[in-house]
Amino acid sequence: MSNDVVADEPTVIDEHREEMLQIMRSELGDAVVGSHIRPNDDLWVRVTRDAWVTTGEVVKAKLGCTFFDFLSAIDWLPSPFGRDMDSQEDNVVHGQTLKDPAPMVSGYAGGDTRMQVFARVTSIEQGHGLTLKVDLPDDDFSIDTWSSVYRGADWHEREIYEMFGINFVGHPHLVNMYLPGNFEGNPMRKDFPLLARRVKPWPGIVDVEPMPGGDNDDADEEEGSAE
Amino acid sequence: MTAITDRDQLASVAARAADNRLNVDFEVDGMTLNIGPQHPATHGTLRIVAKIDGEQVVSCEPIAGYMHRGYEKLVEVRTYPQVTTLINRIDWLGSFANEVPFILAAEKLMDVEAPPRAQYIRTILFELSRLANVSLFLGDLGIQLGGLSIGFYSFRDREFVLNQIEAVTGGRFHPNFDRIGGIKDDLPKGWIAETHAAMAKMRDFCDEADDLLFGNEIFQRRTRGVGVIPADVAKSYGLSGPNARASGIDWDLRRDNCPKGLVYDQADWKVWTHPDGDSFARSWIRLQETREATKIVDQLLDNIPSGPIMAKVPRIIKVPEGEAWVATENPLGEMGYYVVSKGDLVPFRVKIRSASFNNVSIVPWVCKGAYIPDVITILASLYFILGDIDR
Repeated sequence: MSNDVVADEPTVIDEHREEMLQIMRSELGDAVVGSHIRPNDDLWVRVTRDAWVTTGEVVKAKLGCTFFDFLSAIDWLPSPFGRDMDSQEDNVVHGQTLKDPAPMVSGYAGGDTRMQVFARVTSIEQGHGLTLKVDLPDDDFSIDTWSSVYRGADWHEREIYEMFGINFVGHPHLVNMYLPGNFEGNPMRKDFPLLARRVKPWPGIVDVEPMPGGDNDDADEEEGSAE
Repeated sequence: MTAITDRDQLASVAARAADNRLNVDFEVDGMTLNIGPQHPATHGTLRIVAKIDGEQVVSCEPIAGYMHRGYEKLVEVRTYPQVTTLINRIDWLGSFANEVPFILAAEKLMDVEAPPRAQYIRTILFELSRLANVSLFLGDLGIQLGGLSIGFYSFRDREFVLNQIEAVTGGRFHPNFDRIGGIKDDLPKGWIAETHAAMAKMRDFCDEADDLLFGNEIFQRRTRGVGVIPADVAKSYGLSGPNARASGIDWDLRRDNCPKGLVYDQADWKVWTHPDGDSFARSWIRLQETREATKIVDQLLDNIPSGPIMAKVPRIIKVPEGEAWVATENPLGEMGYYVVSKGDLVPFRVKIRSASFNNVSIVPWVCKGAYIPDVITILASLYFILGDIDR
């Protein structure tokens, strides 16, 4: 239960968002497990899974966030298929031994587990919005549905259900949105291979790797790329 | 012998029919009407399965996914500059507008700001995409309600806008012109005067549409009081853009929450709202927005500052670790990108919040109880682009 508030610039205090966070804390208590404020820009709040629906009701009632932007998920697992964009073949091509996958690092407001559901809501009257996050335990990718709080969550949850394999308990109509009904796997998970890349390495990688014998790749000091 | 065979055939046909009837009886009350995936009123390949009772829709379910291209997965294996190539195919009628929020999100993470001239040109191109998109809406609306003339006019007059976009970017539909830290190229010679002329033509087109469509009694009867969406339902579904403003929600991201990098505050224009929330209101708002967009373009054209068009950015773009959400007011509504970067060449995760996805998710709610011809009006006035639903 670390309530760490990390500001980008500690000198800038965003009173409005601090106040929003205070309201969340007083309403939800210990359910708020992490937060992050980018001053005069944005607020992230991470809550426990049990308090997910309550959180939706609180931001709707107390913060006036009646406008539903989106609901989605992040798979924080580092891609098991080599470093960032390249496939394992690329690692071999560059004459290096295969790298170990990078350690799992979560983003703003922290995170303990692999799968994270996040949602964005906005208050039209007050002109602020916030991103809510919630961790899902590694052995149980399921969470209560938000479709009773925000009607728009219905379709978004269906999309996550098929793309990430997250089960939304109490969802009225949890069926595939895009994929055929008999599709196997959850494409947006990091361990789901992008087959096109497995079959043939992306030629575009040449654009971003230093060319042997060419200009050095240390271009940070160079002029901008206006051609 | 033949008689027996015939009888056997008849019996099997009758048995099949009975089976079908049985299935129907078990599944639904009444009849199921399948609209699409190829019906013209669905703007592409959206399928709508409506269960009807007489002429009224009891329930309906849009079935998307015929155009799903998996952009959220694909951008995870592309560098930031490469991403714009993909994402301007989301809403293909206003494609430049799709690039802008992603570029702005990357700029926010990198703490880069485009020079003023680039911001002006960006905003102008953004509004030109809106004109290209919304002018086609007005034509499409007419076509679906049987007024074909306006359809032809809209295709004719949209060319004026597309020509201007093409003159700058080289592409009529997929400019791929926005860059992190600025734009790719400067304006060609004589472009400003030509664009003023094109804007005048677009205003004429708006007047034409106003006469042909909005003054038409049949159009009014078919759209007034049809598909009414109250404001609180609209918010709950995340309806945005003209659809939300037609329900009286006074919210425009260009005015109220304009991200850094666009210069809407430099122009004098009006955000229109309509209290009715019906199909007519949604169409009318779009007509007014077309007019406002021409005004914005005209004003910005006169005030473009001189100077560079690219900020100083490294040749190889690595976006620092962090998360950013940037949404802009696209032709179809609020379009945003939630970009998660891990300090690499490629984004770790990009959530594409497209306007049509939320706008169409209200269809089951709003079509409930509507008459079948009104379903077409409602779909037309909600105005979605299939690529924007499926991504």
